[in-house]
Amino acid sequence: MHIVVCIKQVPDAAQVKIDPITNTLDRSSAPAILNPYDEHAVEAAIAIKKQFGGKVSVISMGPMMAKDIIKKCISMGADAGYLLSDRSFAGSDTLATSYILTMGIKKIMEADPVDLVLCGKQAVDGDTAQVGPGIARRLNFPVLTYVQKVESIEAGTIIVQRKMDNGYEIVSCPLPCLLTVEKDISELGYASLPEMIRAAKYDVITWGVNIIAADTTKMGLKGSPTSVRKIFAPEERVGGEPLEGDIKTVTGILVSKVMEKLS
Amino acid sequence: MTVNIAQTCIGCGACVAECPYGAIDIGPESTAIVNPSVCVNCEQCIAVCPVQAISLPPELRHIVKDLEPDHHGSCNSSTDLPASSEAMADMTPTRDLVWVLAEHENNVLASVTLELIGAATDLARKLGSTVGVLLLGDNPECLISTLQDHGADKIYIVNHHVLANYRTEPFMQCVVKLVQKYSPDILLMGATTLGRDLAGAVATDLQTGLTADCTQLDIDIEKRILLASRPAFGGNIMATILCLDHKPQMASVRPRVMQALAPVSGRYCEVIYESIELSEESISKKVLQIVRDNIERVKLDEAKIIVAGGRGMREQNGFEMLKELANILGGVVGGSRGATESGCLEIKRQIGQTGQTVAPTIYFAFGISGAIQHVVGMQRSEVIIAINPDRNCAMMKMATYPIVGDAYTIIPELIKQFSQVMASRQQEGSHE
Ligand SMILES: Cc1cc2nc3c(=O)[nH]c(=O)nc-3n(C[C@H](O)[C@H](O)[C@H](O)COP(=O)(O)OP(=O)(O)OC[C@H]3O[C@@H](n4cnc5c(N)ncnc54)[C@H](O)[C@@H]3O)c2cc1C
Ligand SMILES: Cc1cc2nc3c(=O)[nH]c(=O)nc-3n(C[C@H](O)[C@H](O)[C@H](O)COP(=O)(O)OP(=O)(O)OC[C@H]3O[C@@H](n4cnc5c(N)ncnc54)[C@H](O)[C@@H]3O)c2cc1C
Repeated sequence: MHIVVCIKQVPDAAQVKIDPITNTLDRSSAPAILNPYDEHAVEAAIAIKKQFGGKVSVISMGPMMAKDIIKKCISMGADAGYLLSDRSFAGSDTLATSYILTMGIKKIMEADPVDLVLCGKQAVDGDTAQVGPGIARRLNFPVLTYVQKVESIEAGTIIVQRKMDNGYEIVSCPLPCLLTVEKDISELGYASLPEMIRAAKYDVITWGVNIIAADTTKMGLKGSPTSVRKIFAPEERVGGEPLEGDIKTVTGILVSKVMEKLS
Repeated sequence: MTVNIAQTCIGCGACVAECPYGAIDIGPESTAIVNPSVCVNCEQCIAVCPVQAISLPPELRHIVKDLEPDHHGSCNSSTDLPASSEAMADMTPTRDLVWVLAEHENNVLASVTLELIGAATDLARKLGSTVGVLLLGDNPECLISTLQDHGADKIYIVNHHVLANYRTEPFMQCVVKLVQKYSPDILLMGATTLGRDLAGAVATDLQTGLTADCTQLDIDIEKRILLASRPAFGGNIMATILCLDHKPQMASVRPRVMQALAPVSGRYCEVIYESIELSEESISKKVLQIVRDNIERVKLDEAKIIVAGGRGMREQNGFEMLKELANILGGVVGGSRGATESGCLEIKRQIGQTGQTVAPTIYFAFGISGAIQHVVGMQRSEVIIAINPDRNCAMMKMATYPIVGDAYTIIPELIKQFSQVMASRQQEGSHE
């Protein structure tokens, strides 16, 4: 069983600050972390490996700084980590990102066939949830989104629970396939000391555009069909004057306003 | 020559695409960098920078021109419509250029579908065009009249038993084939579990751009392109995304943001049956079982009245009082992450970015400060009533009726007065 997990480095959303004067994002204030959904995906992959044997590879597209999250995954128990990094990748939208990651996964597959690809449900910064289905389409793998539980893997078929708005569905699918996962998929564990040492010493495999033999017209800004035209502050709702004073009176006013609205 | 790039650069690349000399690139820090040996100071990049991060070097500043004014109107204004439809006639045949995917489960329509048709009608009008709806399913014909009454001008039906339970691959196949056959300009889907699953696959197959989770749609009338805007970075900013050279321009649209049209029965609508070859054998994915939560579903999204509590309610007892108030008003209890985190409220009742998006007639916010992640989920409420001792918090500033005070003294009084009014209302009702 060879599992590839796609991981993305994102700013810690809880700490992204906005400059109230210029209305722009101060990204330097937010530390870069492993996308939380991807962390659960890696943990789920390790759990599958423990049960069925095999190998877990992680792959990320991003700047050299993204080596940090790859090393983190190695400390969690991943066997190999690949970083796709090249100037020409910068500015890619989801169509281009899924293309680059697919070319990377295909390169991994040349040496070692892949049975399962895992992605997070979405990245907490871009938040599009489009990269996973895009990779699946390009690899011609069936896609199972919003997976909250792997029920079984048997005789080349995986059975999973997919989270729906008001419950879940149980779906079976032959391998190879691609899953995008919810946080429920796994409980996060702690890295052991030997694994941390291994991670510290681990040499991340870094590939540029030539190694994955990708077509440069399909990546970066020029290869991306979408572009950002402008960024603006969300419209603010302006409220009314505060109601103050005697509770009975204030409540009375409110009750009549509400009843007016409801009639 | 060169231009200055400020630290506020977000690396969006708008300047890179704009620069006629190829002088700008995105550097290793994910911000724009300028090649001074190529730059001619033409200033085109300055005009397109969405965050005004680019400027001329100080010595050249006196020649900076005004930034290009924003000439596209808002979604609802009619002033920017083309002067006459005749003027448009030779440019565009009245073909259904704007398409909507009808989402339904066992032939029960998802509410986002009618909202999308409403939004599509507005876009289509600006393009001098009409609205097409894709209806895929197992005997979905029963939905035709609802779609028609709410604004569909053309309905394309694919009726096949393989389409009974949603699965990505057969749905993708149908959408892709129909798009290739009829070449619409714009294709909208709901940013729902189903829509987000399908849209990414379809866009990849068609090799076109897809804007995720939009909350505003408009048309740049001059260029006849879709302006799709979406919240980014947790709702702190909005980004307008374009798809310039690819068709269809695709967008997934957040539910309960767009407005459905009032139904008009008997509107004209053309229904086209499409046959697409599908076979169960060729689809490797099987839905084995569908499990519904047996706990009663929290219908926050459909509620007319929501009584929401936050961390300021402090304890369980407070939420019991909110439940009582909700019962009297026929409303539903919800709340902020402050409330779910404190364990006073079930997680499925959370409203906001990581919870549900709601748009009730009346939204009560007891002890909720109004963090952006909460506000994005409730800002479309018609009337907001906030109860909070802190008059300067965001929720109080946006509320229609902000009440400065302690929730624990006001709630009992609200319960008392509302139950009296409701009781007398019922009596009136029974006398008629
Ligand atoms: C303000 C703004 C708005 C944008 N809006 C759009 C838009 O509407 N449409 C569009 O096409 N692009 C858009 N983009 C570009 C988009 O953010 C990038 O293409 C990004 O690289 C991938 O999208 P995502 O972060 O949404 O990933 P998602 O699709 O949400 O990620 C899902 C999963 O895919 C995997 N994954 C994603 N990226 C990587 C990676 N780099 N390396 C490894 N695994 C990865 C992870 O497993 C992740 O959990 C926007 C960018 C900005 C700055
Ligand atoms: C990625 C991310 C996603 C998030 N998603 C969500 C989401 O989906 N939904 C969400 O709600 N939050 C979300 N949050 C959290 C959000 O940022 C806020 O932390 C949260 O909304 C705060 O909840 P609160 O208003 O209840 O609490 P607080 O901000 O602590 O506010 C409590 C309020 O109660 C008032 N108060 C105190 N005593 C009383 C009293 N006696 N009577 C009346 N009022 C009183 C206080 O003045 C204060 O205004 C998210 C955060 C992140 C980083």
